[in-house]
Amino acid sequence: MLKSLIHFMDIVVEHLTKRYGPQKAVDNVSFRVKAGEVLGFLGPNGAGKTTTMKAISCFIMPDEGDVRVGGYSIREHPEIIKKHIGYLPEHNPLYPDMNIIDFLEFIAKIHQIPKHLIQERLLDMVKVCGLEGEKHKLIRELSKGYQQRVGLAQALIHDPDILILDEPTTGLDPNQIIEIRELIKRIGREKTVILSSHILAEVEATCDRILIINNGRIVVDGTAAELQKQAQGHEILKLGVAGGDISEIFEKLMEIETVENVDFIDFENQQLEVQSYPEASSIKAIFDTCVANGYYITELTPIETKLEDIFRELTTH
Amino acid sequence: MNQIIQIAKRELSEFFDSLMGYVLIIMFLGFSGFFTWIYGDDIFFIGEANLNMFFKVAYWSLFFFIPSLTMRSLTGELRNGTLELLLTKPISYWELILGKFFSTFILISMALAPSLIYYVSLWGIGSVDHAAIILGYLGLLLMSMSYIAIGIFCSSLSDSPIIALLSTLFIGIFFHQIFETVGSTSLGLTGSILSFLSMFTHFDSISRGIFDFQDIIYFCSLILFGLYASKVILLSRNLNA
Repeated sequence: MLKSLIHFMDIVVEHLTKRYGPQKAVDNVSFRVKAGEVLGFLGPNGAGKTTTMKAISCFIMPDEGDVRVGGYSIREHPEIIKKHIGYLPEHNPLYPDMNIIDFLEFIAKIHQIPKHLIQERLLDMVKVCGLEGEKHKLIRELSKGYQQRVGLAQALIHDPDILILDEPTTGLDPNQIIEIRELIKRIGREKTVILSSHILAEVEATCDRILIINNGRIVVDGTAAELQKQAQGHEILKLGVAGGDISEIFEKLMEIETVENVDFIDFENQQLEVQSYPEASSIKAIFDTCVANGYYITELTPIETKLEDIFRELTTH
Repeated sequence: MNQIIQIAKRELSEFFDSLMGYVLIIMFLGFSGFFTWIYGDDIFFIGEANLNMFFKVAYWSLFFFIPSLTMRSLTGELRNGTLELLLTKPISYWELILGKFFSTFILISMALAPSLIYYVSLWGIGSVDHAAIILGYLGLLLMSMSYIAIGIFCSSLSDSPIIALLSTLFIGIFFHQIFETVGSTSLGLTGSILSFLSMFTHFDSISRGIFDFQDIIYFCSLILFGLYASKVILLSRNLNA
């Protein structure tokens, strides 16, 4: 009964605030993660991602606000919530002197997985996380990438409904990053996943929804496509013009009504960046201006705003 | 209960994997055997079939051995960050602390167990005061539990094992000897308070074969205090960190 109730486990974060001394690490953060969603938690280092994740995993108690998982509050029923969460902390703490199998067995027993299922579960985890060749090694003998897999295996061993991964790919080499991402994607089809990162491509590649947090506050909440759309309000063009003096060209371009701003990209080769006012296009006007003044266009490319720019714009103020 | 057992089991296997467990058992038996049977006021010298000498040696050697076992108990978890791993699993603070407590207690009991051979050997020497010896062992176990609790408390204070070791010895020596020494030279209320606080008073009375509830209460309150204080410290760490 309890199990079936909890199966639809939304995570509701309500007005979460956590202070360290006078500084607020997390400041009145509220959001909701629906069961089955893969949520990317983005933000510069020190933005409050880890603190929020620690609160959801019942490791720290917030000063104000609450987190509810499947209707249970972290303040009243942490023991129920903990059973349904698999958590991979930021620095992936493990017992270096244990071997992988012993360690995973210890975690499985802590989760009170029935004895006759443990062996099967262990082999499953070893397979899913690609640890077959290493399973009898001591954890301290493993490379960082393999340790990370052990971390994932321990978070997954009790088949939790919710997976919380705090920067799961830091310190890995590009191949390992891709492997871990694939793994997360595969897991994400069945489970609710909250994943934090400061690498945008990672979140873009793995998550359904993105939450950007800065200075303890949520600044953006939406899908990758929505975010891009939002940022593409401005048309930005890379323009190469020849046949005239560059400063003169610059002035003429600035005179165009729809142009908000012109920047030099490359003075020597006469390349400029032209930004239009929101919802306006300057392409035709640029063309006409060039014709009228006897210039000719060597290059005209629209610049796509990347998630990266949105991130920079939102988190540097 | 399951969680306590699992934590204790892991902890114990770590004691033996790191050889610490073997070293402790061998050293303890070596020391106590040497002084009980071979050197100084040994059993043959005093002409009585008792284990007073053994209890005296155990009283002091456990005092030094226990802090060296408990110095890593929570400091290791704090330093490795594995505290976060454990406390985000279905484990409560009490289960974690009790797991640590029992693992060390079991190891100490394992070190004490072979010394029962001394007791059996006594039977052939003369008439043995069984009650005194059984209560003596009980006293050693209670004393060990008290120091384990204090040791765990000290290991919750920082992530440095050396600080944990030294602070356990520092707090311990007051109970072990200083209260006794100062208490015996003080008069009146101060004297009796100090001698009540002294571990020696209680251990001495119990190992003479006198069973007094006061002693049991004394040991139990030390144990509870140590464990409860560890829990408070761990909890406050997580409230502020």
